[in-house]
Amino acid sequence: MTAETIIQSLASGLLMGLLYGLIAVGLALIFGLMDVVNFAHGEFLMIAMYATFFLFVFFAIDPLLSAPLVAAALFVFGAVVYLLIVRFAVRAKANAGMVQIFSTFGLAIVMRGLAQYFFTPDYRSVTHSWLGGKTVSVAGIYLPVPQLIGALVAIAAFGALYLFINRTDFGRALEATREDAGAVALVGIDKNKVFALGWGLGAALVGLAGAVMAIFFYIYPDVGASFALIAYVTVALGGFGSVFGAFAGGIIVGLVEATTAMLLPPSLKAVGIYAVYLLVVFIRPRGLFGSM
Amino acid sequence: MDTAFAERRRRDLLVAVVLAAIAATVPLFVKDVYVQNIMVLTLMWGALSQSWNILSGYCGQISLGHALYFGLGAYTTALLFTKFGVLPWFGMLGGGVISALIAMALGYPCFRLRGHYFVIATIVIAEIGLLLFHNWDWAGAAMGIEIPARGDSWLKFQFPRSKLPYFYFALALACVAWFVTWWLEDSKWGYWWRAVKDNPEAAESLGVDVFNSKMGAAAVSAFLVAIGGSFYAQFVYFIDPESVMGFQFSLLMALPAVLGGIGTLWGPMLGAVILIPLTELTRSYVGGSGRGVDLIVYGGLIIAISLARPQGLIGLFSFKGLAGVFAPKRKEAVR
Repeated sequence: MTAETIIQSLASGLLMGLLYGLIAVGLALIFGLMDVVNFAHGEFLMIAMYATFFLFVFFAIDPLLSAPLVAAALFVFGAVVYLLIVRFAVRAKANAGMVQIFSTFGLAIVMRGLAQYFFTPDYRSVTHSWLGGKTVSVAGIYLPVPQLIGALVAIAAFGALYLFINRTDFGRALEATREDAGAVALVGIDKNKVFALGWGLGAALVGLAGAVMAIFFYIYPDVGASFALIAYVTVALGGFGSVFGAFAGGIIVGLVEATTAMLLPPSLKAVGIYAVYLLVVFIRPRGLFGSM
Repeated sequence: MDTAFAERRRRDLLVAVVLAAIAATVPLFVKDVYVQNIMVLTLMWGALSQSWNILSGYCGQISLGHALYFGLGAYTTALLFTKFGVLPWFGMLGGGVISALIAMALGYPCFRLRGHYFVIATIVIAEIGLLLFHNWDWAGAAMGIEIPARGDSWLKFQFPRSKLPYFYFALALACVAWFVTWWLEDSKWGYWWRAVKDNPEAAESLGVDVFNSKMGAAAVSAFLVAIGGSFYAQFVYFIDPESVMGFQFSLLMALPAVLGGIGTLWGPMLGAVILIPLTELTRSYVGGSGRGVDLIVYGGLIIAISLARPQGLIGLFSFKGLAGVFAPKRKEAVR
């Protein structure tokens, strides 16, 4: 193994890691806002990928252009999921934790079933998109263009999210609600509205990730399941609720995955991620950047 | 102890004996192999969920990684039998002991974790187990292990020609899991577990050994689940990592308890009696086309029940529960 191949795989690990961060950040945002883990997060990614695929097939809109449309559609979807399901789940008086887990889990199963029903279990892919299959050479390292653009989108999205949370009224309302949901009601902020918009924003972010992923990854009803666990690990690694923990968590997961793939057989590459997660939480039970 | 509680426990035991006796006679009337198969699966999942409920329901440590113990039970039995000719009965016991030990070894670091960090740790550990078995050539790797059929035999626990012995074993397993729960409910452990679930800090300050009570719950729970896994291997004759250690098994173990009533004595069995036949029937009647209708029905049911009855369906079976449904505004009157 030469130094070049090591740098090569770490570089692609970093790009993938930034994408993992983008996939996971919506989960972290929602958790930070209302202590709810969305167990249908992977399925949100799945429908975003299908949306991108169908916009490409039926309207010939390249994934790069359809990304904002998909994000907008997912925003609406996320808000609707909050209003129809999660709003009631958080009100449960008995077994609140269980109800949250299983109501969103039920949603995940329904979404997977619907995808199988309407889209069939076939593997699909976006062929001949602008970026698909292209690579670029930077200082002797070959980088796949879709992942590179995806990583740039992720960085831009994190930057925008940072400005959004800190500079806008809604962002401040979001912060205030996560600090103390009861008190914000006293100053006239509608808690439900903030939660619904938070779910919309979280879903829009995973929608953006889905649009980019659709360029280079197969699309099938169970695709979300393979990324969901990575997203949970990413969020937990960074510390639940910490938006920028998700960013850091994503980068770590990407690099660890690339390193494991160099050392162990490819089928074991996820073991490295899981082992690092366990190691981190055994030492710091609140993740890297989570608050006590 | 107050007499009302003792009374209730005596009544529970009586009801269980009567139900088990009735269940034991059912195969005398129901000869259809398809239905018998569903009954075996229902009892098995009921038993598994009952065992899961000990750690996750009573002790409040939500595990979505119990597929690990299920798989360990299945693999221990199958490997000992195919590689060394050890009878499945010993394999079963061995699988149970191994699983209990591993549960405690894993519990040692994991029980420091709280909430979602703990849940994700359980998922991740089971995934690691799955991946390791996937790559373990001696244990069949991804190809799995086929258990050679040697004809009907209680000694080898194989019955290619009849479902009945499986039915009676599954019934016995369900009874054991129920009885263990019933017995522990009123033991020192049962009280510790409920205290740990409700408020670990307060429990600790009152002298409850929080850590050891979690370890005890994990060991009992893993042991029983592994016995279920061993049984499953003997029942289906073929195992591979996905078919005994996949995440869906962890979920399937949790669901009956959640639907029936988590942390209750009857919840898991009730949940299994409703959920398993429903799953099997939707799968064979509408899911045959492979188009996901079974998933839609199944997922929809989970959403509906978890939102409509967060405490599980079990409450409906008490007089108060039924009265509450039919006359929600006159609760005072029935009291």
